[in-house]
Parts: sequence; C-alpha cells; structure tokens
Amino acid sequence: MPNLLDTHKIELRLAAVLIAIVVFLSLATDTFLTLGNITSLLNNNAVNLIWAVGLLVVLIAGGIDISFAVAASVVQYLAAQVFGWIGGGNWALGLLIAGSLGVLLGTLNAALIHGFKVVSIVITIATFNVFFGLLMFFTRGRNIYDLPDWWVDRIFIFEHQSAAGTWSELNLSVGVMIACVLVTGFLIKFTTLGRQLYAFGDNPEGARRAGVNIWTMQLVAYGWCGMMAGIGGLMQVNIAKEVIPNALYGRELEVLAAVVLGGARLGGGKGSVIGAILGVMFVAITQNGLNLLGISPFAFQMIIGATILVAISTSNISLDLRNWRVRP
Amino acid sequence: MRLKTRIDAAFGAETLPLVGFLIFVIAVFSVATPLFLTSANLGSMAFQMPVLGLLTLAMMVPILSGGLNLAIIYTANLSGLALAAVLIQFGGPEAGVGAFMLGALAAIAVGAASGAVMGWVIAYIGAHPILVSLAMMIFLRGLGEFLTRGGDISGFPDFMNTIGHGLVLGIPVPLIVFCLLAFVWHLMLNRTRHGYSVYMLGSNIRASEYSGLHTKRTLTLIYTISGVICAIAGILMAARFNSVRVGHGEALLLVTVLACFLGGVDPFGGFGRVLPVVVALMILQILSSGLNLIGANQHLSTAVWGLFLIGVMAIRWAVAKWLTRRIGAT
Repeated sequence: MPNLLDTHKIELRLAAVLIAIVVFLSLATDTFLTLGNITSLLNNNAVNLIWAVGLLVVLIAGGIDISFAVAASVVQYLAAQVFGWIGGGNWALGLLIAGSLGVLLGTLNAALIHGFKVVSIVITIATFNVFFGLLMFFTRGRNIYDLPDWWVDRIFIFEHQSAAGTWSELNLSVGVMIACVLVTGFLIKFTTLGRQLYAFGDNPEGARRAGVNIWTMQLVAYGWCGMMAGIGGLMQVNIAKEVIPNALYGRELEVLAAVVLGGARLGGGKGSVIGAILGVMFVAITQNGLNLLGISPFAFQMIIGATILVAISTSNISLDLRNWRVRP
Repeated sequence: MRLKTRIDAAFGAETLPLVGFLIFVIAVFSVATPLFLTSANLGSMAFQMPVLGLLTLAMMVPILSGGLNLAIIYTANLSGLALAAVLIQFGGPEAGVGAFMLGALAAIAVGAASGAVMGWVIAYIGAHPILVSLAMMIFLRGLGEFLTRGGDISGFPDFMNTIGHGLVLGIPVPLIVFCLLAFVWHLMLNRTRHGYSVYMLGSNIRASEYSGLHTKRTLTLIYTISGVICAIAGILMAARFNSVRVGHGEALLLVTVLACFLGGVDPFGGFGRVLPVVVALMILQILSSGLNLIGANQHLSTAVWGLFLIGVMAIRWAVAKWLTRRIGAT
C-alpha cells in the first residue's frame, strides 16, 4: 500500500507513539503486559470506545455532537422506566430499546440542525442543556438501584485463570464494543452511505450538487451517534450497576479529545475507526501506565492533558488553516 | 426608524429583538410572582450575573475569531489558586491589601500565560482551537487537582468580602466590574486595531493574512486576553465564595457558549457585538432567577435555557425565510 503514509499520516504517527509507550511500559513495569492488565484496560474503555466510534461518524460528516454523553444518561433513565413497565426484558430487547431511544434523540438533533439550518455545535449545546436539565429535574438527581437482574449481572465472554490463581476476564461490554466498532467500520468504509458521509463532510455543497441527500446524511450521522450513545449507556449501567443521572456529564469532551487526537478532523471528511481506537487507547494506556508506575493519581489528568498538548504541537494536525471551521 | 437604524449600527441588529424579549420576560415574571420585582431579588441577580458575564466575555472573542476556548473555567480556577497561594503566604485572613494586589497580579499572570500558550499553539502550529483548548482544559484541571488534592482553599482577608458582596453607591461591586469590562470589550472590538483584526480573522483568515494582518500575533493576543479576563473572573469567584476549589463553576462552561450564540455571535466567527450578548446574559439570569422564585429548581432553568436557544434559532430561521421570500416577491 504505497499511499497509506499519505492517507493515514496521523493514525500511523499515533500508532508509532503508542507502540513506543507500550514497549516502554512493558520494560519499566512487570505488570503492564499481563493478561489481567490488558483485559481490565479493555473492560474499562469499552464504553468510551463505543461512544468514540459514534462520535467519529458525526465528525466525518462535518458536524460535532456535544450532547451524546448526556443523551446516554437520558437513555439509561428512560430504558430503566421501559424495563419497569414491560416487567424485565432481556439483552436483545435491552439493546433494541436503548439503541432506538438513542436514535430518537440523535434524530432530534439532526432534525433541528437540518430544519433550522443551524450549525451542529449550537444545536447540540442547546440539546445538551435540555437533556441534562430535564433529566436532573425528573430524577431529582437521585440514583436508580432497582434495575432488572439481567441488566446488572456480570456476563463474561472470556475467562482465564492464571497459574498463580488470579482471574482475568472480559465482560460483555467488550463484546458489544467489538461489534459496534466492526459495524461502524463497515458502514463508513464499505457502503455507499459511508462514502457519501465522507463526501458530505468534506464539501457539503459539492456533495449536494452531486446528488447526495443532505437530510439523509444528517439523519445517519446523528442517528448513528445517538444509537452508539444509547448502547454505550446500556453497557455502562452493566458495569456501574446503577443509573446515576450526572455520572456521564463531562465525558463528551474527553471522548471528543481522544477521537480528534486519532485523526478525525473537526470540519469533516477525515477520520477512521482505527484512529478513533488509537486515540482512546492512547489516553487509556497513558493513564494505566502512570498508575502502574506508581505516580500519584492526582497527577494523572495533568500529565494526560500535557501529553495531548504535546501530541498536537508536534504532529501538525490540520496545518492547513482553511480546515479550521466546524461546519454544520 | 432612524433610531432603530442607529442602534442597529452601533450595537448590532440583534440588540432590539433581544431587548424586546428582555422586557417580555421581566413583564411575565413580574405578573407571575410578587417576589420578582423586589430589591432582594434584583440584588441577588446583580450579584450572580457578573461571574457568568465575565466568563462569557472570555468566551466571546475566541468565538468571534472562529475558534472556541473550552479552558475558561479552569483558567479562572487556576488563577484563583494563584491568588489564594499568595494570600496564604502573607498570612491568610491577616493578609493586607498589598498582598491581595500581588495575588491578583499573580492570578492575571497565570491566566495570561495559559491563554498565551493556547494562542501560540493555535496560531503557530495551526491546530484546531477546540482541540487545543480541550487539552489545556484537561491539563489545567489536572494541575489544579494535583495542587489542591481536590480540596478547597479558604480563609481570605475580610476586605475581599467587599469585592464579592459589597455595594458602591448602591450598585454591587461585581456588577460594576462586569459593566466596566463589558464597556472595555465594546471599545476594544469596535474602536481598536485589534478588534478590527478579530472580526477580519473570523470572517476569513486567509484573506486577512494576505491583506497584511499579522494573523498569528492577533490569534495569540486573542487567547491571552481571554485568559486575563478568566483570571479576573477567578478573582471575583474567590471573593464571592470566599474559597477556591478546582471545579467551581464547571457547569458554566457550555452556558457561556450558549449565551454567545443567543447574543447573535456567529458560530463561524466574524460577526457579533458585545451589547446583545450582555442582554442575552440578562435574559438567562432572569429566566433562572424567575423560575427559581416560582418554585422550579436550577435544573429546570438549565433545560429552559437550552429550549430558549432552540427557540431563538427557530425564530431567526423563520425571519430569514420570510425576508428572502419578501425580497423574492418584489
């Protein structure tokens, strides 16, 4: 592949840095490259990755979604109500309901953005406030513990007991994450819809004149992001075992930073699933490494922020000033 | 009509509709509750608005230049920490006015430094402002948590109460600070070379560079000034709450963006005036205080703020459509 270097410059650079970090951590600590650590890394970041690929689709289509993490909380709350009414449910039904509720909230974003011809950042900041305000108002900020058993029971898709007797396992959220990543990758890479998303993100007017339906594009992008938000929310409850209305507040910016770090361009038309994974893993492995190296947890965020700043400053992400704006 | 044209020219076309809405909201709440038009309520609103107002001014100029500054809250927090550190060096509650001045200078230096770093990376590396300020936000939050271990620092001298809670000629001191800075902002944007450059940069950065504007220096300056005003907001927050904690005012971050958009600032940059943004801030404050008085909680007003922004966008869209149809008909 001769032009991989041109098309995936940021991804390759990030991968190189990540490999360097991994090699360093494997040599510096004897706990990093163990099955237990790797599985817990995956378990802890499955939800972030589900959201990351959802947000990636919106970024490729040239938009931005600030509301998805709060939307995930709304889905958790509504889904808990629905499961209460239907008296239980199961995983298949749960995924269907959470996914549909997410699509609904995403469609709301898409409709407002397309209907009123407003840039996505304005609308999603507005819906962020609406979702969060209403959620806190109706829940009164209280947690929900009374959840169906199937939702909070641990399900392992992989278990292994080492010779020393310690268990390492992957839980269901990792399986769902892998499925979400593969399906999103298929959507944006191998379908006409996906190619149209890139075209629309790169040049909306050009895409429109070439016959791309703008409304469909917005619907697919925000609907997909909403669906991933809903599914991610469902899996997060499986890990946390309760619904906390303000638990996900603020996660949107962390996921956004990771995805953009992975080469998705604010402004549209560029980004890949591999990049999104690398971006999330970069942040996760840095934090994990700091932990294993015995550095004070209070310093984690500071070092991660500084690392991202250095990463931006050294890799010329969008050297081209024309690609600056966040388009609708 | 003459007056309208002149107001539109001086303060922006968004001003009059927003003032109309402001009067409408005041009228509704005055009828809805007798508690609204009391000096107690007006006083509490006048004390609450300035912090959000200053942070909104800090957000506004980066948006005008086509960017965004997501680090404003933590820049303010860190500046507050710098002030607190200096005050504690000089004996905490016993610290004198000189120590406060020194602390305020340190706070402003911290604000300016974090702004300058962001501005420099955005201008000279060419990275996207959202990403840079996001990374700076994560870094500053982490730095603050590292320094304070998540706790808060309190015990400031009594005279700082005057800044946070005092009145001069019956007007709250924070409000005076805010009005003064809003006026300075208005002058800076409309009367200075820098303000002109901000609008040009926001409209078309390429064209302004080819026209001989030093775009990189302007960008660095924009974020540095934004950092300075964050520091002033941080000092005000320390004086109002009599404590500094990293995370104070976290929830205001996206509200400042909302206030800017409400005040007619173009999300792509290039267009927007100070006065409509100030009017938008007043509307947001009145909505929140008024809803509070009739028994709703803070979260409901958050939702109403969001709905209000969507409503304003819908009205702007409808007006634009109506105008194009009218032009098409003639």
